[in-house]
Amino acid sequence: MSYATKSPWVIHYDGSSCNGCDIEVLAALCPGYDVERFGIINTGNPKHADIFLVTGSINEQNISVVQEIYNQMVEPKVVIACGICACSAGIFHDCYNVIGGVDKAIPVDVYAPGCAVRPEAIIDAVVQGLAILDEKSKALKAQKKGA
Amino acid sequence: MTILAVLIGTLIFAVLAPILGCLLAGLDRKISARMQGRVGPPLLQPYYDVRKLIEKDDVAVNGTERVYIICALVFTLIAGGIFVSGGNLLMCIFVLTLGALFFILAAYCTSSPYAQVGASRETLQVMSYEPMVLFMAVAFFMAVQAILGMGSFDVRAVLYLDVPVITNIWLVFLGFLFVLTIKLRKSPFDLSYSHHAHQEIVKGVTTEMSGKTLAMVEVMHWCENVLFMLWVALFFVWGNPASIILALVVVAVVYFFEIWIDNNFARVKWQTMLTSAWVVALVAGGINIAFLAYL
Ligand code: SF4
Repeated sequence: MSYATKSPWVIHYDGSSCNGCDIEVLAALCPGYDVERFGIINTGNPKHADIFLVTGSINEQNISVVQEIYNQMVEPKVVIACGICACSAGIFHDCYNVIGGVDKAIPVDVYAPGCAVRPEAIIDAVVQGLAILDEKSKALKAQKKGA
Repeated sequence: MTILAVLIGTLIFAVLAPILGCLLAGLDRKISARMQGRVGPPLLQPYYDVRKLIEKDDVAVNGTERVYIICALVFTLIAGGIFVSGGNLLMCIFVLTLGALFFILAAYCTSSPYAQVGASRETLQVMSYEPMVLFMAVAFFMAVQAILGMGSFDVRAVLYLDVPVITNIWLVFLGFLFVLTIKLRKSPFDLSYSHHAHQEIVKGVTTEMSGKTLAMVEVMHWCENVLFMLWVALFFVWGNPASIILALVVVAVVYFFEIWIDNNFARVKWQTMLTSAWVVALVAGGINIAFLAYL
């Protein structure tokens, strides 16, 4: 196990949504669920974050923002799409300005469906994301050794 | 001779302070969590955080930022070394401030507006606590003079005292406790860099720092915290070896008190911080020093 999985810091962005999932993400981070038990910390800085939680779908306006946040994050990093809006645009899929799920903008590692996504589902998705983070971290290490 | 002593002191400090500081930070987070009715992270969480940061990819906005951070870390360690080797307290304070200035420079050198907001707030914090810290050194000198008959800035002078310096400068100690909250970056004075989850303008001073650079900043904070606790202990140590136990108890109580303050007060505006810290410095430091000088 790499240390990346022991201290995943998350950043959260809300796209085109009803704000339902947005609130659930913050609920998952509140003392009731106490995600700091797993070393998870909510940060506002992409450069400090390991996990990118996106809620809501991608539209013409926010696609560049999401890509910018993703690009500023330092490898290894994992993207989790929270809620059906983020997975496939959900009920907003045929709006005139909506492009689709988060995977239309950046590569997504874990999909957590639900409308709204439950805090438990978010925590499960993050734990799944940790396994991927572990793999990526090992790959990065091997790459550094090779270089 | 003194340079050698400082060098050895620095080495000892560089080995022990990160270990103690890491445990202190872990305990801090654990106790904070309990105060909020949470289980909290494992005790070694700060260590995991730093190891993770070291494993991260190397990304830097410019080449100078990390150099400044290395300087900040090295000067913090030297300041600790001066203290541990029983050297000059005033020198220890100046070298530590130099480290703090390098930290500010590191934030300023990136042209990020968020880092610059953090840097100016950090500068305000230094302005707020520095008068009281200098008063503390002067008061320490005068207290040693009052007890020993001969003044000294040297930390090792406490070993020759019959009574601890706190007996003469308890008012200064109270003032120092006030600015300690600023130095430890605890709420209500955590203006530039908060350890709590996401309440910063992006992330204050460390906005542009990532990976190994941020890991160094964390280690620097651990070492700083240990040094501040040593300063607290300095007030309570005298010729009797048993006094070290008393000092340790006081340090534990003081740190717990700081965590309690951290969890119970909301952040203040910088104006409040600056004026209150200066008023405290003038009242606590001024009265105590005037008392020692004229009586
Ligand atoms: S998935 Fe449902 S609850 Fe979540 S943002 Fe979309 S519409 Fe709102």
